[in-house]
Amino acid sequence: MSERNPKDPENPVLPGVEEEREVTLGGPERGLAEVFEVPIGPIHPALKEPIRLTFRVRGERIVGVQIRTGFAHRGIEFMGMRQGRNLVQVLYLSERICGICSVSHPIAFTQAVERAAGIEVPPRAQYIRVIISELERIHSHLLWAGVAAHELGFDTLLHLTWRVREKVLDILEELSGNRINYAIPIFGGVRRDITPEQYPKVWEAIRYYRGLLEQLLDAFLRDPTVEARTRGVGVLERKEAEGLCAVGPTARASGLRKDVRQDRPYLAYSDFQVRAITPKDYGLTPVGDVYDKIVVRLLEVGQSLDIIEKALENMPEGEITSFPKIPALLAHLKKAEGEGLGWHEAPRGEVIHYVRLAAGDESLLVWKVKAPTYSNLLSWYPMFEDQEIADIPIIAACIDPCICCMDRVYIVRDGKEEAWTKEGLLRLSWEKTRRLQR
Amino acid sequence: MILKTLISQLLSRPATNQFPTKYMPRSVTKFLTRVQAGEDKVHPPVQVPARFRGKIGYDREKCIGCQLCIRVCPAKVIEFKPETKKIRMHVARCTFCAQCVDVCPTAALSLTAEFLLADTDRGSKNLIVE
Repeated sequence: MSERNPKDPENPVLPGVEEEREVTLGGPERGLAEVFEVPIGPIHPALKEPIRLTFRVRGERIVGVQIRTGFAHRGIEFMGMRQGRNLVQVLYLSERICGICSVSHPIAFTQAVERAAGIEVPPRAQYIRVIISELERIHSHLLWAGVAAHELGFDTLLHLTWRVREKVLDILEELSGNRINYAIPIFGGVRRDITPEQYPKVWEAIRYYRGLLEQLLDAFLRDPTVEARTRGVGVLERKEAEGLCAVGPTARASGLRKDVRQDRPYLAYSDFQVRAITPKDYGLTPVGDVYDKIVVRLLEVGQSLDIIEKALENMPEGEITSFPKIPALLAHLKKAEGEGLGWHEAPRGEVIHYVRLAAGDESLLVWKVKAPTYSNLLSWYPMFEDQEIADIPIIAACIDPCICCMDRVYIVRDGKEEAWTKEGLLRLSWEKTRRLQR
Repeated sequence: MILKTLISQLLSRPATNQFPTKYMPRSVTKFLTRVQAGEDKVHPPVQVPARFRGKIGYDREKCIGCQLCIRVCPAKVIEFKPETKKIRMHVARCTFCAQCVDVCPTAALSLTAEFLLADTDRGSKNLIVE
C-alpha cells in the first residue's frame, strides 16, 4: 500500500498548504529561532475539560508539547469498590463515568459482571442494547462533528449539525425515558423493551438520517474551508497509530481496520458483520489527518444506521431480561464469585471494564475502567508535532477527548510531581495481589 | 440547497416553544399571581414521552415498608421512617434512574411527567416526597 506523506512538499495533493506554510513560517527572521513556552490550561476558555498542555513554540510552529492530566480525577472506581454499594447501585455510577457515551460504560460493565457471575443475556435484550448503543454512536459522532466545526470557526456548520442531532436524542428519549443517561442495560438484560408502537418512530428517524447523511457529507467534505483547515493537519501516521495503541475513529482514520465490534464481536454484533471503516471506504487513501477523522466519523453514522435497520428487521422475540425480579438478581450476584472482562466499541473507541466479585460480598472487590481517551491521549504527541498554534483547538478536539472519563490520580508531594516507575508499579501490583489472596 | 433551506426556514414557525411565556415578564411574582387570577396564561411545555423519567410519585397507602427501594437507590435518596414504616424521598439528590419504581413490589412508586424541579432550597416542599 502506498501511503502518501502530507509533510512531503512534493506531494501533488497538498501543494497550496505547504506553500503557504513556507511563506508564513520560513525565512531567517529575528526571534523565530527562539523557543517560547505557551501553557494552555488546566482552566482555559478553549478547553472543555481540565487538562494542561504546555506547548514549546518557535514562531507560530509547535516544536514540542507536554501533556499533564490529573485535574479531574473523580475516583469513581474507588467509590464503586469501597462504599458498601451493591452492584445495581454501581451500575448507575458506571453510567455517569461519561455523559456522552452514557450507555457504553454500562454495556461494558454489565458484560464484565455477567461473565463473572455467569449470567446469560436473552437475544432480544442483546439486540436492544445494540440498537441503543448505535443510536448513541450517531448522537456522539454528530456532536463531535459540530464541535469540530466550531473549533474550525465554522459555526454555521455547528448549528446545522446539532439541529440534525436533535432527532436521535428525541428517539433515545422515546425509547429510554431520558435524552442522556438512558439507564437501559441491567445485569442479565435490559430494563425497557421496544414496543410495536415505537418501531415506526425509529424507522422514521432512520429515514430522516439517510436523507440527511449525504447532505452532511457534502457540507463537511466538499467544503473548501473545511478542507483547507483540516487537510494535512494533526497527522497521525499508521505506524504511529499502531505503536501508540490508538483506538476508535482516531486509529481508523489512520487506515487501521481496528474495531472491537469487528475483532471480538460481543452481544449481537456477530449477526451484523461489522467491518471497521477507514477513509478507503470513501475512496481516499488514509492519511490520518483531521479530514480523515471527519470522514470516518460521518461514515460511521451511516454504518450505525445500517446496523439499527438490520437489528430492527431481525429482532428476536422473547424475554428482555433473565432476572425480572431485582431481589433475585441481587441474591445471585451476592453468591457469585470470579472475574470478568467486558468490552464495547464506544463512539470514541474501545472501552474495557474489569471486575472481580467475591462470594458473600454484595459490592465489587475490584473494578477497573479503561476509557478510550486513555489510549488516544498519547497520539496527541505526534499530531501536534510541527503544527501551527491556530490549529491547536481542532487537533485537540479531533481525538474526541473525554478527560474526566480517563483521568487518573496525579501525585504531588511537597510541591513536586511524583511519577511511578515500572518497578514501583510492579511492586504495588504484587502487594495488591497478596492482599487480595489473603 | 442553502436557498431552499432559507426559504423553508422563513416560512416555518420557530421550533422554540415559548415556555412559560412569550416574553420575559418584568416581575415573575406579579405574572404568577395574574396566572392564578386567570388574567394571563402559561404556555404549556412540550409533551414528554410516555416513558419519561421525571419526579418519582409515591402512594403512601400502597407502601408496605419493605425497603427494597432503599437497597437499589444509587444516590441514597430514600430515607426510611421506622415509626410509620414509610419512606421519605429527597428529590434534590435523585438521579432519575427509576430503579426504585422497577423494584417496588406493590407499585407504590410511580414515574410522573413532572420535570420543573429547580429550587433554591434542597428541603423545600416541592423536593420532598413522603
